[in-house]
Amino acid sequence: MPGLATQVERYSAVIGIGGIPVRVNTTDPDFLDLLHNRYAGFVSAEDRAEFEFDVDLAPPAVDDPNADVSVRYRTGRWFMERGDFRAEWDPATHTGTIHQTANPYSIDAVLRITHTLVLAQQGGFLLHSASAIRNGKAFLFAGVSGAGKTTISRLAPADATLLTDEISYIRKRHEGYVAYGTPFTGELVKLGENTSAPVAALYLLAQGPENRIEPVSAADAGRELLANTLFFAEDPELVHRVFQAACDFVHRVPVYRLTFVPDARVWEMIQ
Amino acid sequence: MSKKLYVARSPRIAARMLGEEMLVMSGQGSTLFTLNPTATVLWQAADGATPLDEIVERRICSEFEVNPEEALRDAEALAADLAKHGILLISEEPIASKLPVQEQNRP
Repeated sequence: MPGLATQVERYSAVIGIGGIPVRVNTTDPDFLDLLHNRYAGFVSAEDRAEFEFDVDLAPPAVDDPNADVSVRYRTGRWFMERGDFRAEWDPATHTGTIHQTANPYSIDAVLRITHTLVLAQQGGFLLHSASAIRNGKAFLFAGVSGAGKTTISRLAPADATLLTDEISYIRKRHEGYVAYGTPFTGELVKLGENTSAPVAALYLLAQGPENRIEPVSAADAGRELLANTLFFAEDPELVHRVFQAACDFVHRVPVYRLTFVPDARVWEMIQ
Repeated sequence: MSKKLYVARSPRIAARMLGEEMLVMSGQGSTLFTLNPTATVLWQAADGATPLDEIVERRICSEFEVNPEEALRDAEALAADLAKHGILLISEEPIASKLPVQEQNRP
């Protein structure tokens, strides 16, 4: 007599970003390969994970990655939706489910959103900025698209370790902040190094006729930091936490305006 | 005689003094505002219990050397504008303090 149940093989990858390992479970070995390729350098050999997602590979109702993201907290769970995925995550059990097709963009978005939610509780944030380590210190280069994040990353000297050319991962540590490498890439399409260092300065990027570093008022620093912070949740409590995190950051980390000409000499000023 | 007005800081707003400027962010829509010096004084004094005319007399007239009647008219207009953006609450009765958003319990 044939069995009534079929055992389905389950595959897992633990993706560690910002020192926070997240286990992703799938029943599709090809999707597991996709995860290993997409997050090369960030897939942990250890089994330990702080959060866990089961991925259900199924066609969504609408397949539009350009649709607006919706992130809402209801009945103890976070619900995340975009045209190409639907996900939910329970912060109490640290578990969630993602419904998407077999593509790297949807899970990338879910991981980014989840990390913003986790970081917001800890005084950290994801920032639209390039970042690099030099002489053991991390430097952040923030700006909107076209401000020069990719350019300054491309110009980085050999002794600088690129953490990201697009999205920096900032965690609060004691009285300071630590920047981590991320696999979230911009135009450079090059994954950051999976390492970290204390944040020494934040530079607000502008391109101009000469290389120049100028101080920025605390209020301007706060405004620009908030303008470049990734945050998706339509949730007053989380908005409050992100606002306070940005204000704390500009009180503790020097913020400058960096105007630069696009050649390697700008890095002589970043030590 | 016109009725007294009471103003209170909205519990859905996050605010912080950065340098010389008061930044406030609305929890709804994540809109960021910068308050001018008068609005900052009004925001700081808006405890829901002190009538607006007393705030104007004690805090605004003394600090900005303005005519009390004119200052009260300006303050009423300013309070209405801040209320429109969800920054202040306005009432003809004292406003009971509400639980600030950061103190709500959530895992």
